[in-house]
Amino acid sequence: MAAAVRLALIVLLLLGPGGWGHAEPSRDSLREELVITPLPSGDVAATFQFRTRWDSELHREEVSHYRLFPKALGQLISKYSLQELHLSFTQGFWRTRYWGPPFLQAPSGAELWVWFQDTVTDVDKSWKELSNVLSGIFCASLNFIDSTNTVIPTASFKPLGLANGTDHYFLRYAVLPREVVCTENLTPWKKLLPCSSKAGLSVLLKADRLFHTSYHSQAVHIRPVCRNARCTSISWELRQTLSVVFDAFVTGQGKKDWSLFRMFSRTLTEPCPLAAESRVYVDITSSKQDNETLEVNPPPLTTYQDVILGTQKTYAVYDLLDTAVINNSRNLNLQLKWKRPPENGYIHYQPAQDRLQPHLLEMLIQLPANSVTKVSIQFERALLKWTEYTPDPNHGFYVSPSVLSALVPSIVASKPVDWEESPLFNTLFPGSDSSSYFVRLYTEPLLVNLPTPDFSMPYNVICLTCTVVAVCYGSFYNLLTRTFHIEEPSKGGLAKRLANLIRRARGIPPL
Amino acid sequence: MAANSFRSRALTALAGLLALSFGSLADSRIEDQAEQFFRSGHTNNWAVLVCTSRFWFNYRHVANTLSVYRSVKRLGIPDSHIVLMLADDMACNARNPKPATVFSHKNMELNVYGDDVEVDYRSYEVTVENFLRVLTGRVPPGTPRSKRLLSDDRSNILIYMTGHGGNGFLKFQDSEEITNIELADAFEQMWQKRRYNELLFIIDTCQGASMYERFYSPNIMALASSQVGEDSLSHQPDPAIGVHLMDRYTFYVLEFLEEINPASQTNMNDLFQVCPKSLCVSTPGHRTDLFQRDPKNVLITDFFGSVRKVEITTETISLQPDLGIMESSNKEDQIDEERMEPLKYAEQLPVAQIIHQSLFWKETAAHLGSWWNNTCVSGAHGAQEPAAVHPS
Repeated sequence: MAAAVRLALIVLLLLGPGGWGHAEPSRDSLREELVITPLPSGDVAATFQFRTRWDSELHREEVSHYRLFPKALGQLISKYSLQELHLSFTQGFWRTRYWGPPFLQAPSGAELWVWFQDTVTDVDKSWKELSNVLSGIFCASLNFIDSTNTVIPTASFKPLGLANGTDHYFLRYAVLPREVVCTENLTPWKKLLPCSSKAGLSVLLKADRLFHTSYHSQAVHIRPVCRNARCTSISWELRQTLSVVFDAFVTGQGKKDWSLFRMFSRTLTEPCPLAAESRVYVDITSSKQDNETLEVNPPPLTTYQDVILGTQKTYAVYDLLDTAVINNSRNLNLQLKWKRPPENGYIHYQPAQDRLQPHLLEMLIQLPANSVTKVSIQFERALLKWTEYTPDPNHGFYVSPSVLSALVPSIVASKPVDWEESPLFNTLFPGSDSSSYFVRLYTEPLLVNLPTPDFSMPYNVICLTCTVVAVCYGSFYNLLTRTFHIEEPSKGGLAKRLANLIRRARGIPPL
Repeated sequence: MAANSFRSRALTALAGLLALSFGSLADSRIEDQAEQFFRSGHTNNWAVLVCTSRFWFNYRHVANTLSVYRSVKRLGIPDSHIVLMLADDMACNARNPKPATVFSHKNMELNVYGDDVEVDYRSYEVTVENFLRVLTGRVPPGTPRSKRLLSDDRSNILIYMTGHGGNGFLKFQDSEEITNIELADAFEQMWQKRRYNELLFIIDTCQGASMYERFYSPNIMALASSQVGEDSLSHQPDPAIGVHLMDRYTFYVLEFLEEINPASQTNMNDLFQVCPKSLCVSTPGHRTDLFQRDPKNVLITDFFGSVRKVEITTETISLQPDLGIMESSNKEDQIDEERMEPLKYAEQLPVAQIIHQSLFWKETAAHLGSWWNNTCVSGAHGAQEPAAVHPS
């Protein structure tokens, strides 16, 4: 132990200033960012991106020194002559209708698409070997990728990075929808990050929170990008992205207040020391539009505005490298609060209990003008015991009508009503507001025809079984257990002699 | 005279006693040296942990395997030396009320899944063929390192299997079985290829003892949770999760292993006593006749931990800075300046080019079709000229 420490000290001395010739500027840089987007449905989406950019031409030189760029992926690029690699693992589905458009959607399961360099001679062989190597790195069953689930798209999946020519012969695409994502895929993904899960934004990556979500997608993207504005040389860019959507009802217990601690069970303590940039963006577009419905705490020092995915958006920016935002004495725990509850204000649901109570659903809805709102609910009727059926079960079963209580705006203002003076038809409902009137409407009851059992079946079964038993079994039983023996007719008993006496008296021949 | 003889007798007795004590001292030193000689001669540890059951109600088999994985990692065996095979995913199963967790104790006390688990063979990859290939080393050429058992003749290997079994077989994923004869032959192959120094085989299934009956290779010690004709029972259900969390034998083995740390001197005899019939309901069995050392000299950490022998040296080594890297970087800067025209990104959806592409294929097909017609019909109507668009 002491020897090792001494050894380390000696090594440090040799590598100190002057040991290297001239100081070497670092050729790779890390940028990390987290975007928190409150979604229209009350859920919140969090997207992490960790980008490592390496100013090096991996294909031309023998690289032996890896700093921020992970060695496992760097060796893949050189060994298999990759132009681009995109690998994603997703659980769940991005519901665009409720959540809005995603930054980068991925299909459920595992997806891998790769562009090879045009120097590769046997693309299929490289593809097979690459999927095997990746299955070992990411603990996934990517080795099941073979010719039965690989395609060569001819028009889509153009390269996302710099490309010399796009001969689709060098593109391969495969998707494994059955692939499960769990902690064993997240662990190697986290190990590829320069700060692992020790500092910066990656401390928030805790598996037990990240998988308790409606949507979880983690991906690795490798592509060549322009090194500078002139774009005469290549840098390799590795992007690791992770998107999760936290459900308001499952994780949030119905409340719409979010904070970093509530989402990830951690707060941010320090930026990653290896990162050149480390930022958190919070989407506050809705707050700017609808008079401050969303409150972000602590208030941001800067904001960022741009047109993202077709709409103008505003983001609150928290720079973790700024000591005003985060320092040794203060953690960063962002809190999002909805100041005014969204339109769907009140929902009360009481599920049914068999033979005890029925379903009850009450909702308070604000209907937009000139629109049609449909409310539907699916339910099942439990199977009844055969004694619980009514004598006429083929009539069907009734579902009670729904009730709609509404405050309808009145075109003409009404004056307050005197209960004793006005006619009776005007004093059914107490009216408090002159601009609207109260009305209660009912829908039709529902008569549902359900499959009913055949009540005559027990009788039929008993008859049939008894017949079969009596006829078949009974006959056999008789045949097998009865013995037959010949009997001499008897000469005559007492009754026969008496009968013969009477016959002789009457003159008829005897028996 | 009598006093003299008494004194001399006492003196001889004393001398005899002293001689005896010196002799015993010398003997104990020799015994120590001899014991050193009989300590295990392994230099590395491997573990192959297999859960063979699929479906949610077999949660307990996954929890069994993960609890042994957890103990083995805690005692020092790194992930690169563990081959973990789980036939189904319980942690992120849709029926798991707490995703990314697998519990071994009820009331969710201990999460054996942890935060840095690495499963090497999962779901459909856990088959009899893959298991035997891992053991014997006959894996297909592209198999990554984390999926291979790269043991040598100085490796101590721990093999733990759990699932549903019967007399002489173990079921894999409810669709195939491995028999005790196949397993014994696989171990013999490993011995012939010198793939292990000593092997500890633990199995927790019904009638588990039948699986080690047929072993015939040396240096194997085996433990099972139940004898032939007995069932291994599960431990306790958790009402929130809704299934049984662990099997009894592995539960008590886990409790036993939680007391072990890398420096502990507990030996195998204690492991044999782990689950008596009163706790386990079945009778655990063990087999040591193929093993050369006495079980009481075998430490638990010989198989479950990775205790390395370390030699501390005081000599210093000087390192020269590598000038090779600097030269190549200088060269590369020169190469970069050569490329003068800028590179550009590809267009993501070049509509015109795609349509042109499809036209090209249609033309080629039409051209080929017409050529075929002409050659077959022997030029009846002359060659039809294709349209004026030619692919560039």
